[in-house]
Amino acid sequence: MVDRSNAFGWAANDESGVLSPFHFSRRENGENDVTVKILFCGVCHSDLHTIKNHWGISRYPIVPGHEIVGIATKVGKNVTKIKEGDRVGVGVIIGSCESCESCNQDLENYCPEVVFTYNSRSSDGTRNQGGYSDVIVVDHRFVLSIPDGLPSDAGAPLLCAGITVYSPMKYYGMTEESGKHLGVNGLGGLGHIAVKIGKAFGLRVTVISRSSEKEREAIDRLGADSFLVTTDSQKMKDATGTMDFIIDTVSAEHALLPLFGLLKVSGKLVALGLPEKSLELPMFPLVLGRKMVGGSQIGGMKETQEMLEFCAKHNIVADIELIKMSDINSAMDRLAKSDVRYRFVIDVANSLVTDSSAENLKEHVDHGVSITSRF
Amino acid sequence: MEKVHQKEAFGLAAKDNSGVLSPFRFTRRETGEKDVRFKVLFCGICHSDLHMVKNEWGMSTYPLVPGHEIVGVVTEVGAKVTKFKTGEKVGVGCLVSSCGSCDSCTEGMENYCPKSIQTYGFKYYDDTITYGGYSDHMVCDEGFIIRIPDNLPLDAAAPLLCAGITVYSPMKYHGLDKPGMHIGVVGLGGLGHVGVKFAKAMGTKVTVISTSERKRDEAINRLGADAFLVSRDPKQIKDAMGTMDGIIDTVSATHSLLLLLGLLKHKGKLVMVGAPEKPLELPVMPLIFERKMVMGSMIGGIKETQEMIDMAGKHNITADIELISADYVNTAMERLEKADVRYRFVIDVANTLKPNPNL
Repeated sequence: MVDRSNAFGWAANDESGVLSPFHFSRRENGENDVTVKILFCGVCHSDLHTIKNHWGISRYPIVPGHEIVGIATKVGKNVTKIKEGDRVGVGVIIGSCESCESCNQDLENYCPEVVFTYNSRSSDGTRNQGGYSDVIVVDHRFVLSIPDGLPSDAGAPLLCAGITVYSPMKYYGMTEESGKHLGVNGLGGLGHIAVKIGKAFGLRVTVISRSSEKEREAIDRLGADSFLVTTDSQKMKDATGTMDFIIDTVSAEHALLPLFGLLKVSGKLVALGLPEKSLELPMFPLVLGRKMVGGSQIGGMKETQEMLEFCAKHNIVADIELIKMSDINSAMDRLAKSDVRYRFVIDVANSLVTDSSAENLKEHVDHGVSITSRF
Repeated sequence: MEKVHQKEAFGLAAKDNSGVLSPFRFTRRETGEKDVRFKVLFCGICHSDLHMVKNEWGMSTYPLVPGHEIVGVVTEVGAKVTKFKTGEKVGVGCLVSSCGSCDSCTEGMENYCPKSIQTYGFKYYDDTITYGGYSDHMVCDEGFIIRIPDNLPLDAAAPLLCAGITVYSPMKYHGLDKPGMHIGVVGLGGLGHVGVKFAKAMGTKVTVISTSERKRDEAINRLGADAFLVSRDPKQIKDAMGTMDGIIDTVSATHSLLLLLGLLKHKGKLVMVGAPEKPLELPVMPLIFERKMVMGSMIGGIKETQEMIDMAGKHNITADIELISADYVNTAMERLEKADVRYRFVIDVANTLKPNPNL
């Protein structure tokens, strides 16, 4: 089959992680597909890890991006819940087996054959590329509807960061009783959304951080109830055994022992950050206090849609810095230093331009493909 | 002889961190109005006793009379005791008191009370140090006494008071007690062998995970495990990947969590009841990508301990023991250090622990 769709984005070609313009192909819109003209794409820390091959699984060239919001421009004949012109989102996954226990429980994210939006291969052999690009074609099962109340730009990061914190809050029982105390370790892309969603669930929220730099805005702007600096030994001592749960968003290597100390008996630590190496797990606090460490990654499609509706209802969006596609490399440098409040979002539709776009159009016309089929 | 209380007692104590036990005369309090006094018949030797006599956890004070798997016969009860009477067969495990008012205590989890007092080596309310069951008799608050079911042999029931509750509590709490589930038990020692018996009684399928082939025959033929997995055999490990709902890990030596996490199904739970001294390496990927969990547990509450031993009575669950005399205890400790016991030593206290006339 000749692949007649063309696409354009920015890709990393090696472990330097430097992104540059890249032409590639998307499949044609099939009967189950939704073709999405991309408006915005969030810059997730996982994008940075992947383009620099921190996890050792990167296959270049890679067009990252899995916090995608756009407009459906074409839908296949089997697609019923989305129509042309709808505002839609694509998150971290674009395929699963549809028959395993996880898929049958709407937990496509835990399917052993899950297909990630980028740096992955579909069963037909295509290498998948992500949302730092102009268009994407996705099976309708993995396309979300963006609720009316959510803005496209500040809503985009919810597609990864939002579901990544929402899912474990439900799964680990943080939302069952009101008034429980949640600690959020790390105030970045994941952390700031965890504060907002946690508050919306009626939890008391303490931000845990290495420095007091973000204290004022954690409390005044994000709505956290308190702020704990881990280097303040007196405050850490006073906070011993006060938290029912901790969501740990930090992916850099860090000590778990002080976090376990903050948990009450039977407290739960949920690890969401993906460190490069193993962490050290001190056993005594676990055993002596019946404490637990678990993990979670994103969420299933049904839950992701539920999360979007929840955020729309509670006016929860990410705090973003909108950037042009051409600024992506300096944004990545800043992200590596956590210098962003709190998510970069690429204004794809308005800033992704190609010098050779005129040539591309000519190519399409020469092959008898109309201009609109690009979208 | 240290003479703090009114009632004379004698037992075996470690005097320093060599851990060597020798005869020791001491005193216990009078039977208070809520106390139960009982003659000790048997006391199990728990691996914690070995750690404590040698001060491996840095919290021992000497002289130390160990023993927290204690069974005996009631000889006297205080005026306000309602649940027990003289002649009854009772036991005491790892706790003799707690605050009674914190969240843990009110939820029946005295074991997690920050003011809980352990059976030996802890400071009691009268500022004396508690002395454990390697002794002729015990006196203990009624609220921490366990009734031993009539049908259970006392010597083989004693280890259940620590080993039994230590495996029972997390299996119940973490929902690993459902018939048909597949449970792994790591390590076949005092905790592990009792873990297999309880897991089977709960109707689960049990796989023992061990570092060597040696114990395969008895794991399957004597203890009733369904399968046996040698962790050093890559083929056996590969075939078992992703098959277990939960794993009870009784090993206190440093070991790999990655391998054990791989054996769990999605959402599987790895329960640590052995407490390695040094931190273990925690691979975070299996937790995040497969939503697995690592949790700890320590003994259990009193109500739960009674529930555990009642279940043992119903299913005839006892420990596999080697009954020893009191003068063998130091040799037993040396053998325990080398894991040379199938699977718990129990001291025949009443018949072999005699006061030293020279003290």
